[in-house]
Amino acid sequence: MVDLPRTDPGAGISRPAGWEGIVADWSSDQRAFKNVSWGKAMMWIFLLSDTFIFSCFLLSYMTVRMSTVEPWPNPSEVFALNIGGRHIPLILIAIMTFILISSSGTMAMAVNFGYRRDRLRTAILMLATALLGATFVGMQAFEWSKLIAEGVRPWGNPWGAAQFGSSFFMITGFHGTHVSIGVIFLIIMARKAWRGDFDRERRGFFTSRKGNYEVVEITGLYWHFVDLVWVFIFALFYLW
Amino acid sequence: MTDDTSNVIQSLSVAEVADVELYHPKSWITKYVFSQDAKIIAIQYSITALSIGLVALVMSWLMRLQLGFPGLLSFIDADSYYQFMTMHGMIMVIYLLTALFLGGFGNYLIPLMLGARDMVFPYVNMLSYWVYLLAVLVLVASFFVPGGPTGAGWTLYPPQAILATTPGKQWGIIVMLVSLMLFIVGFTMGGLNYVVTVLQGRTRGMTLLRMPLTVWGIFTATVLALLAFPALFVGSVMMLLDRVIGTSFFMPAIVSMGEQLPYGGGSPILFQHLFWFFGHPEVYIVALPAFGIISDLISTHARKNIFGYRMMVWALVAIGALSFLVWAHHMYVSGMHPAFGYFFATTTLIIAIPTAIKVYNWVLTLWRGDIHLTVPMLYALAFIVTFVNGGLTGLFLGNVVVDVPLSDTMFVVAHFHMVMGIAPIFAIFGGIYHWYPKVTGRLLSDTLGKLHFWVTFLGAYAIFFPLHYVGLMGVPRRYYEMGEMAFVPPSTATLNAFITVVALIVGAAQLVFVFNLVRSLRRGRPAGGNPWGATTLEWQTPQTPPGHGNWGKTLPVAYRWAYDYSVPGAAQDFLPQNQPPVPRTA
Repeated sequence: MVDLPRTDPGAGISRPAGWEGIVADWSSDQRAFKNVSWGKAMMWIFLLSDTFIFSCFLLSYMTVRMSTVEPWPNPSEVFALNIGGRHIPLILIAIMTFILISSSGTMAMAVNFGYRRDRLRTAILMLATALLGATFVGMQAFEWSKLIAEGVRPWGNPWGAAQFGSSFFMITGFHGTHVSIGVIFLIIMARKAWRGDFDRERRGFFTSRKGNYEVVEITGLYWHFVDLVWVFIFALFYLW
Repeated sequence: MTDDTSNVIQSLSVAEVADVELYHPKSWITKYVFSQDAKIIAIQYSITALSIGLVALVMSWLMRLQLGFPGLLSFIDADSYYQFMTMHGMIMVIYLLTALFLGGFGNYLIPLMLGARDMVFPYVNMLSYWVYLLAVLVLVASFFVPGGPTGAGWTLYPPQAILATTPGKQWGIIVMLVSLMLFIVGFTMGGLNYVVTVLQGRTRGMTLLRMPLTVWGIFTATVLALLAFPALFVGSVMMLLDRVIGTSFFMPAIVSMGEQLPYGGGSPILFQHLFWFFGHPEVYIVALPAFGIISDLISTHARKNIFGYRMMVWALVAIGALSFLVWAHHMYVSGMHPAFGYFFATTTLIIAIPTAIKVYNWVLTLWRGDIHLTVPMLYALAFIVTFVNGGLTGLFLGNVVVDVPLSDTMFVVAHFHMVMGIAPIFAIFGGIYHWYPKVTGRLLSDTLGKLHFWVTFLGAYAIFFPLHYVGLMGVPRRYYEMGEMAFVPPSTATLNAFITVVALIVGAAQLVFVFNLVRSLRRGRPAGGNPWGATTLEWQTPQTPPGHGNWGKTLPVAYRWAYDYSVPGAAQDFLPQNQPPVPRTA
């Protein structure tokens, strides 16, 4: 048998302090994040990557806004609606933002009921979230068609820099795609919750992994992220 | 640093997938084609990457023939030269090196080295390969579209990338951008898997600071890729919009062929920033896995523990972090504000510190080691010298004042081929010679391997050393022919012819490698489970090649770090990571 430095099972484990302690905690056995499942870790890391995508989009928008020599159209005017004879700036976008933020609330409630294993309430709240999301996308489609009717195109618009339309359609389009994908996933997950897949640990059709209520939270992470990104788009594109 | 902590390994509940949780293939198709086994996916990735790499090799031949013997081949005109150059660069950097290191080595080694049964989400992992294959097929399709592939250079700088005078303007550039976006989507699916497997899917006892450096290298590179590819993705989307529907993100007001184009107000420099925010980490995406692989090869084949393991880890992480702060050193001559050059030159030179730590540690690992000059070891040694050579010219180019005259000359070409072309490819060769016995159960032929090594190694130097000189003489890169330029001395023409002849020979030597790979499948010497006497877990599998689920009924437990070679008093000159320590008896 090999003769090696020996271990004394009776000796206590000394825990390093300070930076070394942080390193030791992070690098410790099996898992860096102790109570985090694989799926949740994967979603967080995906969202980090996606953050870089949206950051690049927004930074690029700011760069072209500075590089263009034409005047930048005034968002308050462009995104104003005439309602009941009154000219209200940014009203549509305010409603859209309100709806999307509210959907984060219903999503959070769905996660809560999911962990209480209340399958009907979970499913209903997820469907409500999906409905609010779909409303958001619908209003975005209305906004797009209104702007298109007014002559805004990705390559030009009546009021100034062409990059206004280019950035608008690209960024809201990319975000709207995210919302739409979220809506689809919410509907699929709501169906699974409704059917009781998470109670019976029914295996997924593609992945053949057992279902559980944590999937609701993971879907929620994505949904909250999409909402958060919207706040930045709203601030940097509409309010600036 | 033989840290035994056998008394703490029971403290966590087990987060492992039981054998039954894995998808068990029911037919030949699900076992070998649409496989969810990371090992099969790794082989699929590797074969695809090496195959498309051969296409890039042929293109480098054609370019070299034009440079060495201008006009020799009548079918190479200026347009096709640029197309070959673009496709060679793009394939080598992204579709070969990135895919092979992360998709190939990553998929094979991460679960095995960590004592896991598979990647955390095998189904997503499978999709990753098929999207990658689709990206490669779309890329290949660009050879067959009207106008051929794009000739914009692998950096695809606008405005020229989408102007009418650039070859491949009709379809080539569109197909290229779509292929890149597909690649990024496919890579993200795989990359998330690699990162989560490393962070959350390790076996008992496998702390992060006991992981083999190969895993550390691949892990850090994957994190870089997940954060760097978004910039390329966004750049591709915007250029595609510029090209297809006429937006002006990157396009300033411009007159082309005597005609005012409908573009205006965009920022071409913006693309360069986006591209290099991806492009510089990309250098380390291919270098860090190579660093890791080389560390393990050197330690194993010199029968010595790696010198300064923790410093090696910190150096990897530091290089990874710094690589996001240096991108604009590719843009000193782009018209960027000179103050930025000052900043980026400083950060660039700081990277030399962790890199030097790694090189010194490799050398100190070799010092007084029991060096076995096997083929993997030869490649590891070749990697070190090549990488140091390429790194030293990097110090030249990182300084603004030296870079400005050298920019866009063959010196730059020689530099980046040494440091991120030849060096990582040596690591890949070394890795393949090292792990082939685990993948197939048979050793590659040593004779053919040494022939392949010496021709490739000496040839690479014969190609790229003179190229530095050619660059210093002022020969610009990306020129189809020199014509009658007075500043280019005739000696460079002679050297160019010499380089071309060597390049043809080195290229042909790769056929020896391919032959060796195919022949050894059947006729190679049976390797047994652990032919190199290595400590890491992938060599301790119950079967060779490892079966589905890797470990049979029970997962291994890691009791020690990965570098217990030549431990005094031990019966063998290596102690596998899963060998338990002897408990103290009274």
